[in-house]
Formats: sequence, C-alpha cells, structure tokens
Amino acid sequence: MNIKSVQKKLDKIDGGSFKVSEADNMRIVTGTSGDWNAIISACQAAVSSDKNIHVVNKVKFTGGQDAPMRVPEICDNSLEGEEPDVLIIGGGISGASIAREMSKHKLNILLVEKESDLAMQASGRNDGEVHPGVDLSKGSLKQHYVLLGNRMYGDVCRDLGVPFERCGQYVGFTQKSLKPVIAAYVLMRKNIDGVKDTVLLSGEELHKREPNLNKDFKFAIYNPSAGCVCPYGLTIAYAENAVQNGVRVSLNTAVLGMKVKSEKITEVVTNRGTVYPKIVINAAGVFADNIAEMAHDMFFSIHPRRGTNSILDKKAGKYIHCISSIKKLTNNKSHTKGGGILHTVHGNLLVGPDAVETWEKENVATNPESIDNVFNKQRETSDKISKRDIITYFTGVRAPTFEEDFIIEKGRNTANIIHCAGIQSPGLTTAPAVALDIEKMAVEMLTGMGISVRTNTEFNPKREPIPVLRNMSDEERSKKILENPDYGEIVCRCEEVSKGEIIDALKSPICVPTVDGIKKRVRPGMGRCQGGFCSPAVVKIIAEFTGKNLSDVRKSSESSVILYGGTKEGEADEQ
Amino acid sequence: MSSEPNRANIKKSYYDVIVIGGGPAGLAAAIEADKNGASVLLVEREQRLGGILKQCIHDGFGLVRFKEKLSGPEYAERFTDMLKDTDVEITVLTFVTAAHRTSSGFDITLVSRDGVCTVSSKSLILATGCRERTAKQVFIHGTRPSGIFTAGTAQNFTNILGQLPCKKCVILGSGDIGLIMARRLTLEGAEVIGVYEAKPTPSGLTRNIHQCLHDFGIPLYLSKTVTRVFGSDRLTAVEISSVDKNMTPIPGTEEKIECDGLILSVGLIPENELAEDLGVEIDPKTKGPLCDENLMTSVPGIFSCGNALHVNDLVDYVSESGETAGKAAALYSQKNYAYAAVNANSDISYVVPEKITLDGMDKDVIFYFRSREIMNACTLTVKAGDKELLKKKYAFLRPPEMERLKIRFSADDLKDIGEIEFLLEGEKV
Repeated sequence: MNIKSVQKKLDKIDGGSFKVSEADNMRIVTGTSGDWNAIISACQAAVSSDKNIHVVNKVKFTGGQDAPMRVPEICDNSLEGEEPDVLIIGGGISGASIAREMSKHKLNILLVEKESDLAMQASGRNDGEVHPGVDLSKGSLKQHYVLLGNRMYGDVCRDLGVPFERCGQYVGFTQKSLKPVIAAYVLMRKNIDGVKDTVLLSGEELHKREPNLNKDFKFAIYNPSAGCVCPYGLTIAYAENAVQNGVRVSLNTAVLGMKVKSEKITEVVTNRGTVYPKIVINAAGVFADNIAEMAHDMFFSIHPRRGTNSILDKKAGKYIHCISSIKKLTNNKSHTKGGGILHTVHGNLLVGPDAVETWEKENVATNPESIDNVFNKQRETSDKISKRDIITYFTGVRAPTFEEDFIIEKGRNTANIIHCAGIQSPGLTTAPAVALDIEKMAVEMLTGMGISVRTNTEFNPKREPIPVLRNMSDEERSKKILENPDYGEIVCRCEEVSKGEIIDALKSPICVPTVDGIKKRVRPGMGRCQGGFCSPAVVKIIAEFTGKNLSDVRKSSESSVILYGGTKEGEADEQ
Repeated sequence: MSSEPNRANIKKSYYDVIVIGGGPAGLAAAIEADKNGASVLLVEREQRLGGILKQCIHDGFGLVRFKEKLSGPEYAERFTDMLKDTDVEITVLTFVTAAHRTSSGFDITLVSRDGVCTVSSKSLILATGCRERTAKQVFIHGTRPSGIFTAGTAQNFTNILGQLPCKKCVILGSGDIGLIMARRLTLEGAEVIGVYEAKPTPSGLTRNIHQCLHDFGIPLYLSKTVTRVFGSDRLTAVEISSVDKNMTPIPGTEEKIECDGLILSVGLIPENELAEDLGVEIDPKTKGPLCDENLMTSVPGIFSCGNALHVNDLVDYVSESGETAGKAAALYSQKNYAYAAVNANSDISYVVPEKITLDGMDKDVIFYFRSREIMNACTLTVKAGDKELLKKKYAFLRPPEMERLKIRFSADDLKDIGEIEFLLEGEKV
C-alpha cells in the first residue's frame, strides 16, 4: 500500500487527527490525539508490507502522561571511565543470553540493568511458555527464530541447570464442525512454519491425557514441542554463566544519555559514571526505542502492551499437566487474547495472560478486570480453575513494534549499535537462537573496527545450579545435610526451602541480597502464605550474611524499605 | 519399614503417638498422650516450642484455664514446664516432609540439621495451626511495594526481631491480631490511621475492640475495604472503598489515604496440607478436618486439634482440643465404629465435632460452635433424633466469639439415631 492510500485510511481514524510521511525506510505518524487506541490503530494502519520499513509513532498523546523512566537512586562513579568492548543495555532474557554467548570471546563485556535484579520487567513477568512456533506469519523474524530457539531449549537448560519441561500444548475446540477446517489449517501451518509434529487429537484421546479439560472439547490441536521454563530463572542462569565466563553485570545502572559523533556512539552516560564502549547492544525491552533515539538511530517505535497472569496454589497443579487453551472461531474481531492455563515447572498452575494496549511503559500495577476477563475465558478451557486458588498475580508489559515483529539488526544511522528490539512473545523461546546471531553480528562489527576477537579458551558453558533439596531422594538429601547442616533447616514451609539454599543464593555469582532477589533464586515466599511465615527469617539470614542491620535489608530496590529500625524495647536491647 | 533414625534426640524408630506442631495445641496433646501411657514424639519446625504464642507479648491468655491474665510466652511456659515432667521426646528445628499410612499406622519423614529420618507411629496428631490470608487472596490490586504485611508477620517483626515495620499505617480487617497490632504499633510510636473492616460488623473479640482501639482513640470503619495500593518501592498510599452488602466495592466511593504500611488481618486458614496428603476429609465450613468427639479425622488414627481443626479465638480452647486429641490418640485402637452426624441449621456457621461415635457408652462431649450472624435473644436446641438433649438461651451470639458446650450423652441417647441436630433460633440484628 502506498503512502497516499495509508493516509486515506488514517483520515478515517479519530476524525483525521493523523498524518503519515515516508522517509529513510520509516513511516512516521504525526498528529495530536487524546485517544490512545486511535493512535495504535493509526500506527497499525501505517504498517508497510515491506519488512524493512518501520512505523515510528510521533503523535502527541494528550489523554495521559507516562511517568518518566524509573531510575535507581544510587549515584556513584563505579563505572566512570570504563571502556568495555561491548556494552549490553538490559538485563532481561535478551541481554542475559547475549552476554552469555558473547562470553565465548575474550572481550571486555559489561551488561547494565537499571533495576535491582535481572529479569525485572517482561522477562520476569510472563507465562514461561516455550512456544512450538505455530501461527506466526511467514517470513517474520519471530517465525525464523522460534523453531531454532525451541529446538535449543533442552540443551541450553541442561547446560545452565534450569528446569525445563516439554509438556506439550493443547488447543481445544468445542465446535465439531470446525474439524475439517482446522485439519486443513494444521496442514497448511506445517508447510508454512515447518512445525512437523503438530497433530489433531480426538476429544477422546484429549480427555484421556488431560481429563480435567473442558468436557465439550470435540478435538484439539496438539503441539508436542511446546514446553515451559521459569523465565526469570533462565535469565538469571544465563547471566550467572556469563559472569562465570568473565562478563561484568552492573545492576541499578540506568543509561541516561549518549554522545554520538560521526555516526558512532562515543560515550554512554549512566547514574554510575560515563562509559566509553566500542559497541553497544540495545536489549532494553520497552525502552529499546528510547535507547535507539539516544543513539540517533530511532527507526521504530515500541507500543507497550500489558499482560496479567495469575498463579494458583500447587494444590490446583494436579488438574492440568500441560499448556492448554480454548479456541473459538467467532465474528468478534476484537483482539481478545486470554492466554491459557499452564502447568509451571514449579508445579503451580498459571492462568493468563491478557493483552491490553497502554501508553505506560512501566506501569505494572494489576487490575481486577484483567483477572476476571482471563478467568471468564479460561473457565472454558477447564472448569477446575478457581479464583479461590489464586495465590498471587502480576502484570508485565510487552515491548512490541507496530510491525509486531522483532528488530534484530545493526544500526541504520549509527555504526556501533546492534538492536535486539521489539522482543515480545515468543521472545523467551527465541532468545537462545537470537543471542547466537547477535553474537555473530557483534564479532563481525568488532572485527570490522580492527579489534581482534579471540576465543575465550576458558569458556565453560555449564552452570552448576543451587541444589534443590525438596526434589532429592531421602538418601541424597541426608547426604547433602551431613555435608552442610543448613540444608536441613527449613525456612520456607510452603516451598520447603532450607537455610542452606538461601545462603547458596547469597553466594551466587550475581548476589542480590534482597528478599525478592532470594525469592526469585530459591523460592522462599513463592508459596501459598506468600512469605507470611518466612519473611522475618529471610530478612534475618540476609542481614547476618551481609553483616548489615535488619533495617538495611530491602525488598528489592534501594527505596523498598522493609523495617524502620529498632522498636523502643528493641533499641534498648541493642544498647 | 522405617529406616534407622539418625537424630540424637529421636531415640526410637517407633512411637505410639507422633504430634506434629509444638504450639499450644501440640503441647497439650503431647502432655495428655503421655499421661495416658503413650510413648510420644513431639515435632516442632522452629527452634523453640510455643508456636505463635512466642510473639504474642500482650496479655489475656489463660483466663478460662488458669483464671489469670498471662502473656503468650507465659502461657506457653506453663505447658513447656509441664512437659519437663513427662517422657515426651521433643525434636525442634525439624520439618515433616512426608507422611504415609502403613498397615499398622504411619511413617513420618523428618528433615532436620542432622539429616533425614523416618519414624513410625500408631497414631498421629496434626497440630499444625493456621496461616494468614494474604493481600492477593482478598484481591487487593495495584503495585507490589514493600510495607504490606499480614498482622502476624508484622507482629513477628515487632516482637521477635524488635523492628518497627511501619510508621503510619492502615489496618485492613478487624480480626484479633489486627486489633492487637493496632495497639502494639501505637505503643511503638507508629500512627495507626484506622482499622477498616469490609463486613458490617467487627471480626475480633469485643474486649479487643475496647482495649486496643477505643482506649487508644483508633477509629474503626465498617463496610470499607482497601481496593488498591500505590508506590513502586515502599507503599505510599492505599485506596479505600465502601462496599455493598455482598462486600463488593462501590465505584465512586474511592478515597486515597497516604501511609507507609498496610497491615492485613483478613482471616486465618487452617493449615491442612499434610492432612490432605494423608487423605483426611476436610469440612468446607471449618476448613479443618471433619472429626468425631475424640477429634479423630476421617482417617482412623489421625487426630486434629487447635487452629488446624478450626480457627479459635481463645488459646484456652486450643489447649482443650489438644488434650482431647492427645488422650484419644494415646488410647486409640483400630476399631470400626458407627457414627451419628452432627447437623446444624443455617444460622449456625459451624459445629465441631461434625460426628459422634456410637460406641454404646455414656459420654460427655464438648462442642464448639459459632453463629453465622449477630443474633439477640436466641435459643439453641440440641436434639438426638426426637429427643431434646439441651435447650439453652443466649442473650446474644456473635460470630467472632466461639461458644463451647458440654453435653452429656447416655448410651441410650445414641441408640439407633442417624443424626444430632443443632437448631439456633433468634432475632437477627
């Protein structure tokens, strides 16, 4: 569609508030509107069939204001003057996997993450599904990488010591008449996507395998290659392995600005000093377009999209052992994503996510409507799910482009940046494969700059995980406890986490001595009491290990104070 | 069979009775089982016995049993002192990871700093207490800042760790621990803006409303709840909404209150995960095991007591139920009994026990019950078949205040009856 036809379409949206122009492989949408959904519609209408051309949203939105990016309070010079060969911006699954693959080379690599831990945004707030790779558009980067990534999962998770279950995915249909159409569709997708193992299952076979799914399912699509992983667990594991192989990770470090000279980034300003990298890798999630803009290389826009998931008590885990969802073909064209039900690697059920467009990149506050909508839909997948079994819920913000595809390429205007942007579902699945390609691009870029890239001969792809005592046999467990009695002291009763495991997390390669940091690594507080019983004990163990006062232990960020110091008696005791 | 125990303080591989949980229920149960001639092992997961009493430094414990106002630790000490004169073996810092039924009883797997071991028993007493309902379980939405605590957790931070968890807080829920913490935090110099209760009536004991709120000028707001929390690091504010009769928030009534703490006292849930693993049937009304008058569950040989059985408001009754279970577990022998179900009309929220054994003997049975709503001038009638066993008048009944009854059954009363009926009639307020 040429630009004039696009403009005609735009003229019909929101009373003709929008203008589109094309230049340098960009379609720039401008105008003013107070209706965010209209802006999204306009930018979506401007999407080109040429995959090289991206939509850039420059519409002034008057209906609300996004808060400025959260920046850590810490301000020091710990990174001042550093000259890394590679600066990776973002400690999500993309940044962490890239860091690990780059660590195969003898380079000075620095990863910066503005939050107090890794996987704090989308990578820690998704459903953990490893996608089979069906229903992605032909020729998209998503489609290209999803098959590669999916196949790598077994090996990657084994090397990194992360639990991964190829539990399979079922998409159930209640309308029997659809079977021939769906059979044809599955056949077509096999040819388009190359997912050769997809099959149609009869209702009888489905109910034999998963007796608690909707009894009215007449048949189902079954994707045996689908699986699930702990998304933050994998991110942390990737980053830890990177650190073991020489990468440095600086948390609480936000990129605030850049200096670009002769189409090259020369300086990157952070709250912990200015660094002078040879090349920059942009893996900044929802802020990837802001980073691109700082680098004078903004040729795409991110439009945040929220998704909310609920976690159900492990007691509900017994009902469903796979990933499952319901598919209905209706005339309702509205984008009503309602996710599915997933049996997590930890034995809970996860229900969600939904999909809601938003202008707020970091607003992860939950809303009751999201949970109700998802439950209303997923009760048709299985009537065993109940809101009464919910132990927690969380919202994440996806980082799609208007093309709804990834951007994995070198800078267009700036020579020493590589973008890993627009990463949304199935970005967790694709990460292992994408990281390999970015590694190649980065090595090529460095070599082109006259830097010799040598192999890191000490590279070890294996990461030794923290032992999980609750999964051991009694004999194995006893043996471990004899070696270290702390493994025999249970701190978190719901998840059966021992003091020894908590101390292991404190000794891990990327120590995050906060209640949430420990929770993400070894799970105290993840269970049904949500830390009610164990949080005082965890705070105490962290304080003892780090030599800090109890009141200096944080939930996550520096400002997330838990305790305000001694009580009157407590103080008297201390004196 | 059981493997050789490797703990210094677990001397044997078999006990008549194993008690899981060393809080007030477990302590009483262990002592009573010992008195009745059983060999007893008491398993406690924390370093010290006493359970949640350890952090209850306020007084008011033991009024029924000792006619004295004791603090929680003092009350616990009465029992730990008694324990010294028994042969009960105690293992602390020990966690039960699995329990299985065997042909002769139970195998329990224990994890401690000494390793893993399995011990066997004839009978098992589950005195596992209860846990607190969390913010997400009452569907509070918004961000995930620090500064949101259940009342028990706040109490642990304050009284055990000696640390102040907030400076200016809102308390949601008028359960007893919430009221106690309103006073406790005020005494520590924190500002308690108010106690908000979604129900139209308070959930805690009347004496606590007076002693913890009125005496300190802390306001109590009824039919209001917290719907949202704010703050990306530490809590900065909460949103309060009025609720309708179904406790659903009414749109347009939202009010934002700045505070750095939200303390939740929104209900206790009996901890029965181990019981469920063992196949014990749970009463949906009490959320505890369905029991007979000996507090034996649906699984022969497994007994339940204290807050795991049903949430009590007085520790005295927790101890009493522990004693009932302890004695019965010691005397337990595998026999099959017929039962008469205990049924109640809809104005009663629950009755414990839920069934009575028909063993052809005269007996005294202790019942605990709560009314569903506040009622005035009410009459409780207890019938066995057509025979009226008891008629009792109450000036008023309140759901937060559990009632206790002792009823004498003659062997004759229980002959050929299918059920025992509890009928409550009176004016609803």
